[in-house]
Parts: sequence; C-alpha cells; structure tokens
Amino acid sequence: MLAQRSSDLGPPRQRQIAFDTVTSEASKNPVCIEIQSLSLWYGPTQALRSVSLIVPERQVTALIGPSGCGKSSLLRCLNRMNDLIPGVRVSGGCRVGGVDVQDPQVDVTQLRRRVGMIFQKSNPFPQSVFDNVAFGLRIGGCSGSELEGRVASALRRAALWDEVRDRLGENALRLSGGQQQRLCIARAGAVEPEVLLMDEPASALDPVSVGRIEDLIRELREDYTILMVTHHMQQAARLSDQTAFLHQGELVEVDRTDRIFSQPRDPRTEDYVTGRFS
Amino acid sequence: MIRRIPAWLFPRLTGAVAWALAGLVLSLILGISLMAWPHLSWAALVGPEGRASNPLDPRSVHLAPLLVGTAARTFLMSLAVIPMGILTAVYLAEYAPSGSRAAGLLRWLVQVLAGVPSVIFGLFGLGFFVGVVGGGLDRWTGDLASPVWGRPALLWASLTMALMTLPVVVVATEEALRSVSVDLRVAAIALGATRLQVLLRILLPNALPGMATGVILAIGRASGEVVPLLFTGAAVATQGSLALNERFMDLAYQVFVLSTQSPDPQASRPLLLASVWALVFLSLLLNAGAAILRSRATPAAPDRL
Repeated sequence: MLAQRSSDLGPPRQRQIAFDTVTSEASKNPVCIEIQSLSLWYGPTQALRSVSLIVPERQVTALIGPSGCGKSSLLRCLNRMNDLIPGVRVSGGCRVGGVDVQDPQVDVTQLRRRVGMIFQKSNPFPQSVFDNVAFGLRIGGCSGSELEGRVASALRRAALWDEVRDRLGENALRLSGGQQQRLCIARAGAVEPEVLLMDEPASALDPVSVGRIEDLIRELREDYTILMVTHHMQQAARLSDQTAFLHQGELVEVDRTDRIFSQPRDPRTEDYVTGRFS
Repeated sequence: MIRRIPAWLFPRLTGAVAWALAGLVLSLILGISLMAWPHLSWAALVGPEGRASNPLDPRSVHLAPLLVGTAARTFLMSLAVIPMGILTAVYLAEYAPSGSRAAGLLRWLVQVLAGVPSVIFGLFGLGFFVGVVGGGLDRWTGDLASPVWGRPALLWASLTMALMTLPVVVVATEEALRSVSVDLRVAAIALGATRLQVLLRILLPNALPGMATGVILAIGRASGEVVPLLFTGAAVATQGSLALNERFMDLAYQVFVLSTQSPDPQASRPLLLASVWALVFLSLLLNAGAAILRSRATPAAPDRL
C-alpha cells in the first residue's frame, strides 16, 4: 500500500527513508494523510523542519508540543489555510487521500471541503443555527429538502440535535460556548469531509463542555480521520490513537499514544510529557 | 502648574460646554417648530384648491411639489451612489493589493473628493454632466437647436449630488467590510468558500448595517444641500411635471430662494417657515435612522470596564 502510493509521487527521494524512521506501527488502518519532508517558512523564519508523518484513516492523531513548535502550522498546511498568510513558503509535500495538497493545480476550495477545520475559538456565523450548518452545503449547491435532511443529520452527528432542534432559527451566537463549538463541528461535518483538523478544539471551554467535546471526538472517530492539536496531555492520552511530538519545528517522535506517554524513546518527548518543560 | 487646577474644574467646564450646545440645538428645533406651527396645514402641503404654482406669486407655492422634488432627486442620487460607492469600497477593502500605491492613491482621491467645496461640485456638474454628457447626447440625437438633455435637469443634479456624497458611502462601506471579524472570514474559507462567496455570503451581509448608515448619512447630507443645485437643475417653480430632463422644485433650494430673493418677503414667510420646518424634521428623521442602524451594527458591545 505504502510503496504503491509513494511510487506515484514521482521519483523516489530522500523522504522515502524518512518514512521508515517515523512510521509508527500504530495502526493497520489504511493511510489517509502522508506528510513528507514538509518544511515551512514564515518569511525568513522556519516553522517546520522536514516533518514526515503518516496519519491512518479513521483514527485520532494528536499533535503535542510546546507553544510555537509548529503544530498549528502543520495543521494549516493540510487544507492550505497557510495560503492566507503572506510570505509563507512550503517545501516537501503532503497528500490527503492521495491528492498532493501543495500542488498549485489543486482546487483549494474542493480540498477544503474534503479537509474540514475546527478552530480554537468557536466562530459561528452571526446567523441562524440552521444557516450555519447549511453554509458549506449551500455553497456546494445543495438546497431544499435534501439540505434540511443533511443539516439535521450533521447536527445529530455533532450531538447537538436534541438541544437545538427547536432553536434552528435562532441566532447561533445565543448558544452557549460549548454548543457553539459543537455547532462549528456540525458545520464542518455537514459537507462530509474525510478529514477533520482540530486546532485545540476544547481549550477555550469549561470542563463540562470539554467532556462533551471529547465524547463527540470519540464518536466522530468512526467516520473521520482526525488530526488534533492539543496542549492538554491527558486529553491527548484519553482521545488519540497516535501521538506526534513536535519541538522547534521538528517532529521528534511519533508512536502509539500509550507508548508516547509510557515509554517515549526520545528524552525530549519524555521531558515534555512528564511536564519537565512546556 | 497642572496640580493647581482644582479637580472639579474640568468635569464642570466640559459638561457646561456640552450641555450649552445641546441646549442650542434643542432650542433651534423647538423655535423653528413653534414659529412654523401656525403655518403647517393641509393647504400649506397641497396648496389652495389645485391652483398651480406661480413663480411670481409665492402664496401659490406649496410644500407638496417641494417634497416630491427633493424625494426624487435624493432617490435618483441613491440609485447612483449606492452601487458606485459599494463597488469602490469592495475593491478597496477586498481586491486592491493591500498596501499598494494604486489603492493608496485611490483612497486619497476619495478623501480629496470629500473635501471639495460644494460650489465646485455644482460647477463641475454643470460643465461635465450638463455640458459634456447632456450636450453630447443632444449632439448624438442631432438636435442642437432645442436641447433635450443639455440643460440643467433633475438627472444631472442627482448625479452631481451622487458624486458629492460618494466619499461618505465609500468610507462607511470600506470601514464596515473591514470590521467584519477575521474569524468569520477564516471560517467561511475553511469551509471551501471562494473569495466571491465569502464576499457575498459573509462580508456584505455582516457589513450591511454599517453600509446603510453610510447611505443614510449621504442622503442626509444631500437632502439639505443647495449649492450644487443652483447650477444643475433646481427651479423656483415648474409646470408640475417630474421628468429626468426637466428642472425640479426642491425644499432646500426653496428655503434659500425665499430667504434671500423673495419678491414679497412678507407673503412668502409662511411657506418659508413650513419649508424650514420640513427640512429640519427630515434631517432629524434621517439622523435617527442612522443612529438606530449604528446601534444594530454593534450587537452586544461589552460595556466599558
């Protein structure tokens, strides 16, 4: 599987070797995202240094590491949100479901429909609950009863339906903070992406809402490949199948989550997960 | 030195000035209302029993055609200034390369436009719209002896006013577009929206209250403005018909004429007072509308501290 995929990436390069060193045996699931020797610069500052990572399908992969280590930059490479930042330069590649994301020919709007994103700060549109979830579907040309059905099922999948079924016309900003974040998850999920990128999705919420978001992520894992940035060690340990530790733009270690937390190979990983530095 | 100023001085001084101004405005409105009150009647509005306006007899002029003329020129102006202003602002806020010289120059030109005296707009309207555009139309249709378009008229006055109020709409719209939260923009882009979809579905709807405020301020400024009309199409009296290429009657213009060059000041006083009152009332109404929209534009703004 792997060999076949890398062969259609063109001439084998050094990243082939990098693969063997970082691939975890975490999963027998097929590969969904493969990141190969990805480097990224903001102007003169290098934020990612030749990162290689395999993300298996329908699993939760956690990205951990101290602030500024490049976790969010890595996430934003995968749906090309980095394009919005002036002065960004990327080398190396990443493929999502076999599509080369950095390819200039790639249709980024199509890409972003396949790779949804949840932000740290929930950002519902100041419109009705229904219109929020319908946004992605409408710009894709969906309407009428099909739209209604898909909005309802997206809200059900995000475990929000029972709370908002009678408030679909209400302004989304009147929902609670936790509900707003689940609404954003429903909105991203409505267009049925393959991947959900989550950038600290629960860090701005109260403990009860965090618990609900975590339950939701566990359920979403059945349908989506999830790549999640988190600052919260226990959260990564609770939720993820695989954990990658980044430090100063470098991917130090990636492995099954239990191993990262119980027997990390790299001393830097051990220092971080045991809280010796942050 | 500063320490010697007693603590009570500045609260009282600033308060006194502010309240004195407020009193002045209130007494202006109240005074005009009291003076105009006896002259506000159905007859003042529609005129005595269908008698047509006669420029030589101010008693025959009434409010209705003035209000209709002002409404017509303001409406036509809005038709022109709203799309022009919004398109310009969208270009400046969204498409012009940020920090580019071209965008800077354009923004500077809009500011220059805002500072041009209204008499210049009047002369420009006469020279360009009436002379070049209107005259050109006449030349094109081939009838120069009796100009149809090449003369001061409702259309040219409205377009001149549109040009004059363009900066108000451009600045308000650009401001409103820029103040739409980046989070919303990013959210829409992350959902796969194209640039145009972000503009149409997120930016413009959320900027609408700010844009509407700008439009109302533009209407407020234009509806009371006289000077450009002197050159471009206002008349003391008309045949009563309203056509794009005819002169028109106007509230603010009538106030100016009746108060400076009335043939019979005593006789025209009732109409003058009624017109002044209508003008003040109109501007109050528009300002209230703008204030309401502005308060809607900033929902649930947290209080200070």
